[in-house]
Amino acid sequence: MAQKDGGNLAQVRRVVLVLSGKGGVGKSTITTELALALRHAGKKVGILDVDLCGPSIPRMLSVGRPEVHQCDSGWVPVYTDADQSLALMSIGFLLEDPDDAVVWRGPKKNAMIGQFVSDVAWGELDVLLVDTPPGTSDEHLSVLENLRKHRVDGAILVTTPQAVSTGDVRREITFCKKTGVRIIGIVENMSGFVCPHCSECSNIFSKGGGEELAKLTGSTFLGSVPLDPALTTCIEEGKDFIQAFPESATFRAINSICRSLLSSLEVS
Amino acid sequence: MSDVPTNAPEHCPGTQSEQAGKASPCQGCPNQSFCASGASKLPDPAIAQIAEKMKTVKHKILVLSGKGGVGKSTFSAHLAHALAADTTKEVALLDVDICGPSIPRIMGIEGEQVHQSGSGWSPVYVEDNLAVMSIGFLLSSPDDAVIWRGPKKNGMIKQFLRDVDWGDLDYLIIDTPPGTSDEHLSVVQYLTAASITGAVIITTPQEVSLQDVRKEIRFCQKVKLPIIGVVENMSGFVCPKCTNMSQIFPPTTGGAEQMCKMLNLPLLGKVPLDPRIGRSCDEGMSFLEVVPDSPAAKVYQVIVQSEYEHRETYTHTHRSSFHT
Repeated sequence: MAQKDGGNLAQVRRVVLVLSGKGGVGKSTITTELALALRHAGKKVGILDVDLCGPSIPRMLSVGRPEVHQCDSGWVPVYTDADQSLALMSIGFLLEDPDDAVVWRGPKKNAMIGQFVSDVAWGELDVLLVDTPPGTSDEHLSVLENLRKHRVDGAILVTTPQAVSTGDVRREITFCKKTGVRIIGIVENMSGFVCPHCSECSNIFSKGGGEELAKLTGSTFLGSVPLDPALTTCIEEGKDFIQAFPESATFRAINSICRSLLSSLEVS
Repeated sequence: MSDVPTNAPEHCPGTQSEQAGKASPCQGCPNQSFCASGASKLPDPAIAQIAEKMKTVKHKILVLSGKGGVGKSTFSAHLAHALAADTTKEVALLDVDICGPSIPRIMGIEGEQVHQSGSGWSPVYVEDNLAVMSIGFLLSSPDDAVIWRGPKKNGMIKQFLRDVDWGDLDYLIIDTPPGTSDEHLSVVQYLTAASITGAVIITTPQEVSLQDVRKEIRFCQKVKLPIIGVVENMSGFVCPKCTNMSQIFPPTTGGAEQMCKMLNLPLLGKVPLDPRIGRSCDEGMSFLEVVPDSPAAKVYQVIVQSEYEHRETYTHTHRSSFHT
């Protein structure tokens, strides 16, 4: 596949991984919301979804199952809007049947990820967010190996407050240190639930673990995002939460994390 | 020969891979021509060894989900606790989540060590009749990361199934990581000749989970793994102050109930969210003991009881089949 000089990532200004050792903490949700917040802030954003077994982003951005086309430089990403300010590439687009399982061992996953990283014609982007599956295995090593030829500006680590989660995220921090990936900071998701009926706050998944983890490991704490059924419903239905609930505490939390991310990326 | 021989290069695809001997990392490897000839892909002798080992294990139950964070480890741990409450039963819990081993913490035995003897690795005992094995016990620090590619993870899983000295067991519960990849293929492959009783699939109510769980169900069908049923976890939250119910993970497409109807699978139960569950897991206690009156604990007991009765009836009816 012919590529421009510097490859398909040549005009991508910043590349950020979204990682967690733990599954189900909201990596894809946080990736989606940060992408929407970055777009809201006037940036051109891309999302690369390398969760081959469980690609969630297409549903969260309500792009359905579009056909993916190729151009001279490679695959054309799917744009979520006419302005082309938010682009997405996911294995979800390549599956004929959305219920089909991708039952691949590591070597085959590595080959697909290599293609994904190098062969998507992103064009000009301010930030490319890379959503990953949980763990410290093939996908993560392959993404890094392939991105290293271009750039990796850092990683955001997502956790929920409880120890079972931070216990796995500690290992992800070790992964970052061992592979030389800068940790931009830690996001604590599902951080408390405010009952819509009586406003009582319940710490369903415990409290404070993300902040403690940041202190323990010398990382930056980027902020907490509460459990918000309005957010989970928007994610479910592929609606833009930021447009739907711009006055919410949840949006303020996400926006604050987005601002910290932008500030961190400018410095590097 | 193991999946990744000790003298193999860094990106060895594994001796059982289709690419064995043919992939670019194979260039220069001393095993290259052996692997390329196909000799490395003869049936793995471990499969027969594991089948022999598993003859003393009556029921082997996999706990699966396509989705992460739905409560597989929580369910596996509490299923093990509930089954072991009958002290006449021998129960074991095997954690094959190599990268994110949660079971030691949830079972309250983090920091324990495993020992090797002539008869293999000794698991860690939580109770006299409840044994646990996890890679967590082989790590020296809570910060240690297991940064392994597929072939090396497969090798570890083979060792867990072949080399752990479980003794005679009534139940072996296997907790898995999310997805449909190396760990899942390896467990099914290595237990080919040992017959898995079935899989319990865990989900949460929202479509973002169900869309991954349907893939897991397809995986089970592809590898001919019987599905015992589906558990819907985090199914609603009752506010402790005003007792109103909120759907934090809304079942926008009908939840597990609708999915089970469509796919003709049993829905084993719907477990509500309870902050005390997370706390118990963090503290390594069984919430079935700590808060037995919790609505969540009650649903667990119903699920486990019906499973237990089903298995024991099955054992009684098919007693002869365990001796073939």
